[in-house]
Amino acid sequence: METILLQLLNGLDKGSAYALIALGLTLIFGTLGVVNFAHGAIFMIGAFCAVTLSKLLNLSFETIDPDKVDFLGNPAKIKTPYVEAWFGPEFGHALIDWSVPLAILFSIPIMIVVGFAMERGLIKHFYKRPHADQILVTFGLAIVLQEIIKYFYGANPISTPAPDAFKGSFDFGAMLGFDPNLIIYPYWRLIYFGFAAVVIGAVFSFLQFTTFGMVVRAGMADRETVGLLGINIDRRFTIMFGLASAVAGVAGVMYAPILSPNYHMGMDFLVLCFVVVVVGGMGSLPGAVAAGFLLGILESFSSMNAVKSVLPGIDQIIIYVVAIVILLTRPRGLMGKKGVMEE
Amino acid sequence: MSKTDLTRHTTRRTVLRTGAIAGAGLALPTIFTSGARAFTNEPMGGTVTLGFNVPQSGAYADEGADELRAYQLAVEHLNGEGDGGMLNTFSSKVLEGNGIMGKKVEYVTGDTQTKSDAARASAKSMIEKDGAVMITGGSSSGVAVAVQGLCQEAGVIFMAGLTHSNDTTGKDKKANGFRHFFNAYMSGAALAPVLAARYGADRKAYHLTADYTWGWTQEESIAAATEALGWQTVNKVRTPLGAGDFSSYITPVLQTDADVLILNHYGGDMVNSLTNAVQFGLREKMVNGKQFEIVVPLFSRLMARGAGENIKGILGSTNWHWSLTDEGSQAFVRSFGTKYGFPPSQAAHTCYVQTLLYADAVARAGSFNPCAVVEALEGFEFDGLGNGPTLYRAEDHQCFKDVLVVRGKENPTSEFDLLEVVEVTPASQVTYAPDHPMFAGGALGACNAG
Repeated sequence: METILLQLLNGLDKGSAYALIALGLTLIFGTLGVVNFAHGAIFMIGAFCAVTLSKLLNLSFETIDPDKVDFLGNPAKIKTPYVEAWFGPEFGHALIDWSVPLAILFSIPIMIVVGFAMERGLIKHFYKRPHADQILVTFGLAIVLQEIIKYFYGANPISTPAPDAFKGSFDFGAMLGFDPNLIIYPYWRLIYFGFAAVVIGAVFSFLQFTTFGMVVRAGMADRETVGLLGINIDRRFTIMFGLASAVAGVAGVMYAPILSPNYHMGMDFLVLCFVVVVVGGMGSLPGAVAAGFLLGILESFSSMNAVKSVLPGIDQIIIYVVAIVILLTRPRGLMGKKGVMEE
Repeated sequence: MSKTDLTRHTTRRTVLRTGAIAGAGLALPTIFTSGARAFTNEPMGGTVTLGFNVPQSGAYADEGADELRAYQLAVEHLNGEGDGGMLNTFSSKVLEGNGIMGKKVEYVTGDTQTKSDAARASAKSMIEKDGAVMITGGSSSGVAVAVQGLCQEAGVIFMAGLTHSNDTTGKDKKANGFRHFFNAYMSGAALAPVLAARYGADRKAYHLTADYTWGWTQEESIAAATEALGWQTVNKVRTPLGAGDFSSYITPVLQTDADVLILNHYGGDMVNSLTNAVQFGLREKMVNGKQFEIVVPLFSRLMARGAGENIKGILGSTNWHWSLTDEGSQAFVRSFGTKYGFPPSQAAHTCYVQTLLYADAVARAGSFNPCAVVEALEGFEFDGLGNGPTLYRAEDHQCFKDVLVVRGKENPTSEFDLLEVVEVTPASQVTYAPDHPMFAGGALGACNAG
């Protein structure tokens, strides 16, 4: 029972990341009809926004301490962050400590600009090209973006911890009447799950309850008719591209304390998230979210020792096995609509 | 010449004839020289070319970059530039800073991408196209085993870089291959007594292991060494390489009565699994009335940076550390630090040392012939290269030297000061018989000069 509860929690937080990336992926597909393989790279750039803000806040000036020596035996240079000098040690330290949550604000405009630049600069030229061309060009773009990040930040993971206040774990076991320390779960992962729920809720509300969202949904259903009504649907879709990028970006920012960012993390998520989108149904937003959580939980359960002892290696293929089964029984995915990606 | 003239004179026959003559002309020097060479890529002019095969892209690119820095430094020192580094402290004095046997050292580089097939392709290219007489480098045991096999077939020497699997000088050993770096058995032999002394002999260990040759041999070595001191092994779980989030492998540990988690991971996997384990509160956990402990048997300072504060207090082993105070280490750190502005990694150290050892062996043998180099390296005893008195054992081409047990530093004084040396385990304690079961199944065979 304890194992099942823990794996369920694991699946929820992994599913949160899948759902957030897949949501943006399917939003772009639903509006612009583009299969954006660079979306994982957007998630990665989001995580590196957290790294960048942390580095910016840690920018320091050096003073020589004659009492200490460096590794070469020269007088040691002591680094003091500018923020601590400007705002006092306590407030400066707090700013550095809270760099990841602050990076959400930092990342949103950056990710929107990155999204606009990608869409206007490259992807719009491929709207009328076959999906294979779109996949190739966006996949190439993803590789270029990750190589740029590697050039500036190196290939090794970079530690980006959560604020001290959120370190440690919550003891579900003690709360539910089990032995203490049996079902514990890190605070930050719980926060990530809550954060994902809020973001997903906000995106759905935006599309459901605003005029802008209503026009976008109308455009997704019948782009031509909306255009004939004199509405510049292309501009709205470009904005949606920026919004989808911002969603993936903040998902990356918040994921940085869970997985130390490295240049390849986007690619690791992208393939899985693409499967999530297909399983959920191409262009279906609720489908992407549902499939994200479903596959996250299944992946988590399949890595239990009891399961692996019966089916060795199942944790590596479970997502693809489920995708095959769902696509065989429901070719349009869980919540796919007729006519999407169909001739 | 007019267009008509061109058409008249340039016929299919003349093109073929000209092409054949040009081709034969281009091939002629190679035909003559290859016939004249006594062994693969015998240096004929005033230079000798070494091939540095390191990961320049992929997950270990930073480690590869540090290896390349060390190789460039070694080439400088061999050619008599810079301050000479470890040439001044090396017990053998045949290298005079005039290249190798008077030939200026040049180098070519290849990108292993930490993939066996890519590493073999780049090594092959350096041997066949660039004329490299020795290949060295790498940051993975899978790559080392693959390239070692290729060098054996091609008839050149392979001086392994960072490779820790027992197999490199065990079942996959080759006569043309040599390893200075320590191995998984040595990590176990050095680490287990320290673990037993600090955590007690009554412990239950849970292994998470990277699912490839290095992970398997390290798991086997650490389990054997700790079980010999009274520990029980509760479970051994294999994890896919590059799993990313290890939470679903960490949480089952909470359900067992294990009180030690051993992470047989390296690189990004080590960073992620250790970070996840700390996030799940394992280090605060009490089991069987004892404090839960995490062990990382193979530490890398470059990688440890990614784990941040999570490495504090974690025990592991390492081949070498820049804080060592012997003359050789200090000379190397001074050269490297002055040139690049930061201390070298253990990968940089082993690659630098391997280059000097190769050059020294050639100089002592008086020949670049791989078989002469093999003979010079086999049974070679030396000192002054940072690990104390060292033996290149003839039976398996493995170096036997002191091993460092290290711990993540609680109060680092700089961004480089992440590990502290807890114990220098003497070479005698990590030495094993050449026919030890963990290294069985292979044979060196005969050296191949091409």
